[in-house]
Amino acid sequence: MSTATTHDAHHEHQPSGIMRWLTTTNHKDIGTLYLLFSLLMFFIGGAMAMIIRAELFQPGLQMVNPDFFNQMTTMHALVMIFGAVMPAFVGLANWLVPMMIGAPDMALPRMNNWSFWILPFAFLMLLATLFMPGGAPAGGWTLYPPLSLQTGMAFPFLIFAIHMMGMSSIMGAINVVVTIFNMRAPGMTFMKMPLFVWTWLITAYLLIATMPVLAGSVTMLLTDKFFNTSFFNAAGGGDPVMFQHIFWFFGHPEVYILILPAFGIVSQIIPTFARKPLFGYSSMVYATASIAFLSFIVWGHHMFTVGMPIKGELFYMYATMLIAVPTGVKVFNWVSTMWKGSMTFETPMLFAVAFVFLFTIGGFSGLMLAITPVDFQYQETYFVVAHFHYVLVTGAIFAIMAAVYYWIPKWTGNMYDEKLGKLHFWISCISVNVLFFPQHFLGLAGMPRRIPDYAVQFTEFNMISSIGGFVFGLSQLMFAYIVFKTIRGGAKATDQVWEGAHGLEWTLPSPPPYHSFTTAPEVK
Amino acid sequence: MSDTALKQNNQRLLWRMLIVAVAMFGFGYLMVPIYNVFCDITGLNGKTGSVDAQSLDGKVDLSRTITVEFVTSLNETMPWEFRPAVTRMQVHPGEIGTTSFYARNMTGQAMVGQAIPSVSPSAAAAHFNKTECFCFTQQRFEAGQGMDMPVRFVVDKDLPIEIKTLTLSYTFFDITEKVKDTL
Repeated sequence: MSTATTHDAHHEHQPSGIMRWLTTTNHKDIGTLYLLFSLLMFFIGGAMAMIIRAELFQPGLQMVNPDFFNQMTTMHALVMIFGAVMPAFVGLANWLVPMMIGAPDMALPRMNNWSFWILPFAFLMLLATLFMPGGAPAGGWTLYPPLSLQTGMAFPFLIFAIHMMGMSSIMGAINVVVTIFNMRAPGMTFMKMPLFVWTWLITAYLLIATMPVLAGSVTMLLTDKFFNTSFFNAAGGGDPVMFQHIFWFFGHPEVYILILPAFGIVSQIIPTFARKPLFGYSSMVYATASIAFLSFIVWGHHMFTVGMPIKGELFYMYATMLIAVPTGVKVFNWVSTMWKGSMTFETPMLFAVAFVFLFTIGGFSGLMLAITPVDFQYQETYFVVAHFHYVLVTGAIFAIMAAVYYWIPKWTGNMYDEKLGKLHFWISCISVNVLFFPQHFLGLAGMPRRIPDYAVQFTEFNMISSIGGFVFGLSQLMFAYIVFKTIRGGAKATDQVWEGAHGLEWTLPSPPPYHSFTTAPEVK
Repeated sequence: MSDTALKQNNQRLLWRMLIVAVAMFGFGYLMVPIYNVFCDITGLNGKTGSVDAQSLDGKVDLSRTITVEFVTSLNETMPWEFRPAVTRMQVHPGEIGTTSFYARNMTGQAMVGQAIPSVSPSAAAAHFNKTECFCFTQQRFEAGQGMDMPVRFVVDKDLPIEIKTLTLSYTFFDITEKVKDTL
């Protein structure tokens, strides 16, 4: 491997300043860029959520006009899904996958650079629509026609931004697949891979299979609007409901894209702090694969009210409920891992345990929504909002934060401030429940989603929810402060960092060398 | 594995994955005909069936009486008047029913409209066949012009036994702008 070492040494001569970051092909640099980009988008999307909650603080129109409110709900979703959660997971994959499988870098470093650097431009285009005549897209992130076709100047920008985000995700996903297939250290068989690597491999397949379908469906919207095609235009023989089928064929696997890597993260963290190996490793792998497979055949549960025959409704209902089985396997495995472990509760563990508990609440409300007859009542209410924020905020986002606390000592070589971390956890955990739990009640009582005004009987719960929202939003500034403080300094971290941590990434020094494993480690 | 062999392997896998991505983009488009064929067979989206010889064999099933209701609507704020001549009528399966719809262009310019039919319940859609309909073609109305437009239909004898009432709905879409572009 001596040739490889000199080869790598040659690469250490990198440009400095901004050019270093623009031209970098290093998995750690690109991972850092992804994570920082995601943090920025998290605050932009969060600011939009603050506007939404401020407007909903009391009934009537206070702060913004209804059209701007609709722009906020639409943009909040697009920014958070495509700008915050997905890039954060890709960033984590970039940092961790090579280190976990004993590789020097990602398999396709130049494509890696490209897949990151088209993202800022995509979001520049998307966010620029806020300042255009007619404003940003306001028809909901699901872009249902014919409403979305009434978007003004923002429309082509929205579509091309989605195309670019899609390309970025597909390239990122291909890179992960190729890296995992071809770059594993000798002895690192598939069934020895850490679960974060496994869940990302399956997520990558979901991305490659579904992002092109989203690209296709928005391209059809584009040609319907500008080139006189009639995919979704009833006057020309098309059908608006068809868009929903195509969109949710992408959209349902997408929600697993947003949660499977989180499962992987939690499966890394809980064994460390329970000081026991993960319970049921192989069942975790199979459960993840089953969830991914089932995600392709349940999209109709987003569309129970479009006028489906009863057989279709029953099929989608049972198929959806079936997903609870592999998901249940995972939750029980995490709990069994903790069972009789010598647990300590450092910040990553706190977030991971909160994830297990709160994600399960989101899972249960999902099961309620899966029941066709009651879905007719819950459809388009705040119950749905409460459900997907439990799985995405206390699910995906909590897992990402757990991951950052868990691996940041490895990345920077510095320990984060444990006191502040715990404080951040407790404030977040309490406020996020104050924020989203009352929304279950609002939804069951009949408050529709995506409206700027509401009937007076919903006032109290909305006020409580908004107060929780402001506290949760502000407490994330603390997260940013902790992260930047850790980057700049702090107590030196050991190589293993955590007493119970196992895995190849913990055998590297903290911070790890620029090229992770220049000589492949031997995995026994 | 040597560096070059690894590079080759990486490239090969990259291309395979790219092909999968491109194929899935195509699959998104393929869902359009699949959806249409599926809905044609099942009548799920309310699109009415086409005439087959069997339903026009002249035999009428006098043992059953089906109530057909007619409703009309105008898309968005299309400034037309549009109503059925009768709101409901009774037919036997296999019998040819005839009714008409009245539409009037209430604006000062010529306009072109396209009517889109839809039948519910969806299980009935595939069994509802029109032999004559203003929805088959685009309808050009001069300023202020109004006219009666006939519709002839047959409910075929395979209509599921539990269906006793079905609703035929027409929506007029303003396609003046679209037609102008293509002319």
